[in-house]
Amino acid sequence: MLTPEEWTAVQLSLKVAFWATFWSLPFALATAMVLARTSFPGKSLFDGIVYLPLVLPKVVVGYLLLITLGARGYLGQYLAEWFNIRLIFTTAGATVAAAVISFPLTVNAIRLALEAVDRGLETAARTLGASRLDVFLTVTLPLMLPGILSGALLSIASALGEFGATITFVSNVEGQTRTIPLAIYSATHMTDGDAMAARLTVVSIVLALAALLLANLADRRIRTLIGRA
Amino acid sequence: MIEVDIQLARPGFSLASAFTAPGAGVTALFGRSGAGKTTIIQAVAGVVRPDRGRIVVDGETYFDSAGGIDVPIERRRAGYVFQDARLFPHMSVERNLRYGQRRARGADAGIGFDAVVELLGIGHLLGRRPHTLSGGEKQRVAIGRALLSQPRLLLMDEPLAALDAARKAEILPYLERLRDEMKLPILYVSHSLEEVLRLSDRVVALKDGQQIAEGSVAEVMSRTDMQPVIGRFDIGTVLDCTVARHDAAYDLSTLAFPGGELRVPRVEAPLGGAVRARVRARDVAIALAQPVDVSVSNLLPAVVEAITPGEGPYADVALLTGATRLAASVTRESVTRLGLVPGQAVWAMIKTVAVDSRSPDFAVPGEPSS
Repeated sequence: MLTPEEWTAVQLSLKVAFWATFWSLPFALATAMVLARTSFPGKSLFDGIVYLPLVLPKVVVGYLLLITLGARGYLGQYLAEWFNIRLIFTTAGATVAAAVISFPLTVNAIRLALEAVDRGLETAARTLGASRLDVFLTVTLPLMLPGILSGALLSIASALGEFGATITFVSNVEGQTRTIPLAIYSATHMTDGDAMAARLTVVSIVLALAALLLANLADRRIRTLIGRA
Repeated sequence: MIEVDIQLARPGFSLASAFTAPGAGVTALFGRSGAGKTTIIQAVAGVVRPDRGRIVVDGETYFDSAGGIDVPIERRRAGYVFQDARLFPHMSVERNLRYGQRRARGADAGIGFDAVVELLGIGHLLGRRPHTLSGGEKQRVAIGRALLSQPRLLLMDEPLAALDAARKAEILPYLERLRDEMKLPILYVSHSLEEVLRLSDRVVALKDGQQIAEGSVAEVMSRTDMQPVIGRFDIGTVLDCTVARHDAAYDLSTLAFPGGELRVPRVEAPLGGAVRARVRARDVAIALAQPVDVSVSNLLPAVVEAITPGEGPYADVALLTGATRLAASVTRESVTRLGLVPGQAVWAMIKTVAVDSRSPDFAVPGEPSS
């Protein structure tokens, strides 16, 4: 059905989307906590920066990644020198690009979930002898679970579709950075690429639909579980 | 014993309150909404931080602005029953109940799981989820959860306010059992005169953030200056009485109080049992000579102590019947017509059917009122 080249692109997409979400989730959770629960001078600026990748042209985000994390970038040169980490032309770089782009969406989903948690329940838990951390782990986090899950699925879906930042930052290298969107882009530039583009388009639709259905199902199950049915 | 002496100012609201509550029994924080009742128990729980003052429970200082002491909420062991129950929606009833119990390990083991379940009659609910419970059931579980956290004191914030009359009637007996069986001081926030009369031993009355009275229920609730809190037509005298006689033929009871006796509709209490009666000021009439040929069966010799002209047509007359002060509300016109003056001997007339008497199993407060 799919050529080996297409399979590579599909597997790479899934891998990039999964790891991008995996690594960004804890940071997204922490950022959402800060945005939903704290106030400090300059918070609106911080808020703006978090959501910036959502509104900036993706190419601009890719370019910013290139000049900071690229081989000769401000941070990139030290990454290479000290840790021997190279992001340009690698899957790791594609993962970073996908993580940065999907970050605001994940933060937003978790933040909404956190704001929906009744703080009165947290107060009640504390009067029952639970410390702040205890309350977070036993009350806040379980009640946020639907939001965290939908944030994660949103992140996977948006990472699967990432194009602009990836191609600008880590280029279009088969087996390393050529995810489904990049492979479709390449196919449209080949004289005989129509069939390949069509097949990968179908794969894209199937994956996106699966993610949505999964999100829906998980949401319903969890809501029943936490008694919000 | 609970000692509270706190002040707090917020935009548009200030609170000043100082009182002590005994080591057992119910102390009501009584007032209209916005009076600052809830703020006080929030301060005791540690949820709200006063600007100045002290809160001491059983000799342990929870808060002392001068000494820089502010014990965190979770270490105060103040069982808090919220108006809206606040059960954890993602846990079963049993897990809700055990939440505080598990975290109280190490604390001197007080009441056990089975005892609480039995006390509140919630055994059949243990496997259920909070969202499947009725309002009254939720509140009983919330009370049980607070009790199992082995609290030093219980804070109850209008636990019946969100419930309809039938649910209130369902829970009140449980609250009475709680009061009588647990050796626990309870601060009970309420704006309901009926709940306060039925449940509490002592009252702290608040108006617009200021404490206007503190003392025994009979003392505070009988004060005429409680009118802004209780209302002109509900103001009256609360009498802690004992049952002297029952009259089976007419379904009446006779209650004895320090100023005499009161005939009331039959009260379900044993002879000698404690009963709390309330006589509204507007239900007390005054006669210059001993009335004859009237249906009113409570005719009490009294002395006019003071006459205070009120707003509009009303005048508040304070009568002394023996050791007891009885409030009467009459018109200013009647005062003039009868020529009432302080020191004058009169007769107070109270219709039997106008007396509210209740709380058959009410325990007489151990604390002498001052």
